[in-house]
Amino acid sequence: MAQIRIKNVAKRFGAYQALHSINLDVADQEFMVLLGASGCGKTTLLRIIAGLETPSEGEVWIGDRRVDHLAPRDRGIAMVFQNYAVFPHLTVFENIAFGLRMAKMDNALVTKRVERTAELMHIEQLLKRYSGELSGGQRQRVAVARALAMEPDVILMDEPLSNLDALLRLEMRAELKGVLAESKTTAIYVTHDQVEAMSLADRISVMHQGRIVQAASPIEVYRNPAARFVASFIGNPPMNFLPATSHGNGQWSVAGQTFNGPATQKPLEFAIRPEDLSPADQGLKATARVVEPLGAHLLVTCDVEGASFRAVLDSDLTVRPGDILTLAPQPDRIRWFDPETTQAVA
Amino acid sequence: MNARTLPYLLILPVTLFLCVFFIYPFVLVAQLAFTQGDGFTLANFREVVGYWKFPISLKNTLLLAAIVVPIQLALSLAMATMVSKMEKGRDLVLYVWTIPLGISDLAAGIIWLAIFEQSGFLNSMMSGMGLIDKPISLLTYEHPWVIFIAIALAEIWRATAIMLVILVAGMGLIPKEYYEAAEVFGASPWKRFLKITLPMLRPSLQTALVLRVILAFEVFAVVIALGGSLFPVLMAETYAYQFDLLNSGAAAAIALIILAISIGFTLIILRLLRVPKGATI
Repeated sequence: MAQIRIKNVAKRFGAYQALHSINLDVADQEFMVLLGASGCGKTTLLRIIAGLETPSEGEVWIGDRRVDHLAPRDRGIAMVFQNYAVFPHLTVFENIAFGLRMAKMDNALVTKRVERTAELMHIEQLLKRYSGELSGGQRQRVAVARALAMEPDVILMDEPLSNLDALLRLEMRAELKGVLAESKTTAIYVTHDQVEAMSLADRISVMHQGRIVQAASPIEVYRNPAARFVASFIGNPPMNFLPATSHGNGQWSVAGQTFNGPATQKPLEFAIRPEDLSPADQGLKATARVVEPLGAHLLVTCDVEGASFRAVLDSDLTVRPGDILTLAPQPDRIRWFDPETTQAVA
Repeated sequence: MNARTLPYLLILPVTLFLCVFFIYPFVLVAQLAFTQGDGFTLANFREVVGYWKFPISLKNTLLLAAIVVPIQLALSLAMATMVSKMEKGRDLVLYVWTIPLGISDLAAGIIWLAIFEQSGFLNSMMSGMGLIDKPISLLTYEHPWVIFIAIALAEIWRATAIMLVILVAGMGLIPKEYYEAAEVFGASPWKRFLKITLPMLRPSLQTALVLRVILAFEVFAVVIALGGSLFPVLMAETYAYQFDLLNSGAAAAIALIILAISIGFTLIILRLLRVPKGATI
């Protein structure tokens, strides 16, 4: 059992506060993705869990042991590094065996374990090679195999796919998901790529400026962003926002149209995903500015009362710049945000 | 300019310089060593090797290298590791540690002579502390081991820094990530040194050791300052043949013997510390 508990973890580098009182629980065998833009603190948090960085405050628990005072090697973790860190002076075999040898495992067992892991990662034919003789993708596989060979309670991954080209990344992503699900390991995975996060995660923790803004399932993060930041970060293109004024009784006026919304008097922001819009007789009046045919659909950037507004429409539609569209939002997909607190309002 | 010929053209001046001032004198020396009056002969070598002082000076030279170089290697590795771990004041410490490099070997010998001679610091200190009644002569034929220790100390003091500088530069090239990976995968600090630092430092270790070993076989001024003729070494024999006995042929022969020993040890070091085929460091 290796659930991870992070209690009030903060990290300061001099005067710079990299992490503000982080609380996070990761269940046993859960695949948790830390998602955020660069500099949001996700890698720092991962390194604190790994023990490569010490927290300024707070506690880290793995299983029922408090580990924040322990060396990395005493934490029962394995890690995949962004630049792989495959040792160049050792063969692939010795790289995968490194942790096992450090644990003084019996030689015959090491061979068995290395061969099995190599097979799992489809690198059994590379065992005698050196890192310099491998492609980026193969090196990546070695790095994952080295971590899996440890049969760790927890596997930590720091942007492991970011150095691969797009096609390879897609392939490795699917493979990684399968392999990790089978290994029944708790995984924490850092990425700035939201597609990667969505496709891999059981749960995503969206991080922003040293805080976890939302920790929820991918679909929840996508459908019900807890904060304006999440709404504007997740989704490609991200959510559209328009100012809304209350008529009272939960009636809201948005760009001349009336919508049902929360029963509050404060000014709110109306939000809708570009793909939740469709042309209709009644709806928001939008002037098309840029039309981008993307094959599967049509991405139209328009103007709604001076605000930039995007819609993902059926690619069969013919839209030209300057056309005036009437776009109806799908009612159950409309979300509301408080511009003051930036939090979602139900 | 043709991109293919340009590199060769650019290294041409250096190559010419080396040919004129290194290869040519070397050929002359070889010629000197292998001739005596008329035609090719090994007589010079026979004479040099047959002389009673030769086995002693060879033994002394090798023994000195065998004691001094490993100690310097261990010291410079330890010092380089410490310097690499420092965050502040690193440059200052490095400058202080490399001060002996700025001093000629004769001056270094004289400094240690000032410590060990009869009216030297060591005697003053010992008599000051009441350990001895009157100054004792340390560097005499009665205490050959004191002479040896004094020379070894002076050599260690003088020339450890040259290895240190090379190793510090080499350590700086090892990416931090490898240490982190090793740490996560269970390596203790000592194991990280053995499994990451040492193997990845091989190119620098090669350079440092080759340089240092060659210098050790050429040891001369420090020995002359501290031991004079009481501690014969190969280089001192070369000097004696050339300037005291005015026998250039024998001097050339012994110089070539030193060169052969140096080349031999260089090859051994390169072989022992070679990077496996395919591995990139």
